[in-house]
Amino acid sequence: MKKELKIPRIKDGTVIDHITAGQALKVLRILGIPEGTKSIVSVAMYVKSKKMGKKDIVKVENRELDPEEVNKIALIAPKATINIIRDYKVAKKFRVHVPDEIVGIVRCPNPNCISNSEEPIESRFVVVRRDPLVIKCYYCERKPDNIADNII
Amino acid sequence: MSLKGKDIVSIRDLSKGEILEILNHAKEMIPVAKGKKKLKLLEGKILASLFFEPSTRTRLSFETAMHRLGGSVIGFADPSITSLRKGENIVDTIRMADAYSDVIVIRHPKEGTARMAAEFAEAPVINAGDGAGRHPTQCLLDLFTILMEKGKLEGMKVVLLGDLKYGRTVHSLAYALALFGAELVFVSPESLRMPKEIVEDCIELGVEPVSTTDLEKAIRDADVLYVTRIQKERFPDPTEYSRVIGSYKVDMNLLKHAKEDLIVMHPLPRIDEISPEVDKTRHAVYFKQAFNGVPVRMSILSKVLGG
Ligand SMILES: [Zn+2]
Repeated sequence: MKKELKIPRIKDGTVIDHITAGQALKVLRILGIPEGTKSIVSVAMYVKSKKMGKKDIVKVENRELDPEEVNKIALIAPKATINIIRDYKVAKKFRVHVPDEIVGIVRCPNPNCISNSEEPIESRFVVVRRDPLVIKCYYCERKPDNIADNII
Repeated sequence: MSLKGKDIVSIRDLSKGEILEILNHAKEMIPVAKGKKKLKLLEGKILASLFFEPSTRTRLSFETAMHRLGGSVIGFADPSITSLRKGENIVDTIRMADAYSDVIVIRHPKEGTARMAAEFAEAPVINAGDGAGRHPTQCLLDLFTILMEKGKLEGMKVVLLGDLKYGRTVHSLAYALALFGAELVFVSPESLRMPKEIVEDCIELGVEPVSTTDLEKAIRDADVLYVTRIQKERFPDPTEYSRVIGSYKVDMNLLKHAKEDLIVMHPLPRIDEISPEVDKTRHAVYFKQAFNGVPVRMSILSKVLGG
């Protein structure tokens, strides 16, 4: 059975492929979907993949995600690829890229960190290493062991 | 190279050259710190000393440094007397202090507060301790003490003793000593070993630290023994705590195994990790180390203020 049968092809929009298996719903949350979205969103989880064994796929209709918003996904799905679809064809294809600084996306797991208090600042992490991804809190310099669990 | 306007939040904010610049300048500050020479380098300058958590030793050392150089000090020593109790955020206090002063010294129980302050203040911010976090001026005065007593940092065999897991003073110090090519030996109970991360930092800087639980053996050819306190709270079992404390006590019996010119350091206050009989020996430099806080902080203040 072809995977196209599991998730319908879309006319216009974005397909996020090669998401780390099990992370699709988190990907949606990071992208702020479905909050206030008018798009149709389809999700396939634990799909067989030659490259990855198992993977998740997300399709968002009538919305072209821009690279910057998509890069947040790299935190939990570093191998994800983005396909921009126009009239059933792949118009653009790119890989996610972790930004040098991650602002307002990950909560610092250190309860004594100033970024977890009532101050007018956002959480902020600096990327120390990309593969495997290691990030460090700009404020307290702690490195969270589990990034996915600390996504805001 | 100029340190003018620079924030000093973590020892890692400073290059080797910048650290040396501060330490060399601190040497010239010694007679001024002792009151033997007058030097009004910072006349007309105001230091905002914001201690959201009491630390008499550090605060007095900064304030003395500022006064000795002809500057003046505003601020508070205890947050209970400020409006902070009424829920004003720290950032607003920083903004106010920034408007009134030329340099800000801040201590706060939450980690990362000094980094945040540096983001909001135009004036240079010096971290005087944030929670279990960083305390770069302590690190600088420790380096200065070794430099003054031993003449160099490179190649010195330094034993760091005590709670190496939670004591972040020793984390910064290990990093800084590795930066200067010192030889490092970490002595601690098994459960309070130096975190892997810090060991890796040292290795990256070209120093391969040795970790051991055997203090007697470690100090045999050591040049410096840096002692820190082991807190009782770290041990769920009180008998285990007593055993550990007993085996890491620095006393005359232990120092029999040391080189004659070994120096013993401690960030103070100490409880009973160093026996008082050691105070009278030439090994003890911890009181000198405490005094060194003043010339080092004079140097830092005058450097960041462009003096
Ligand atoms: Zn943090």
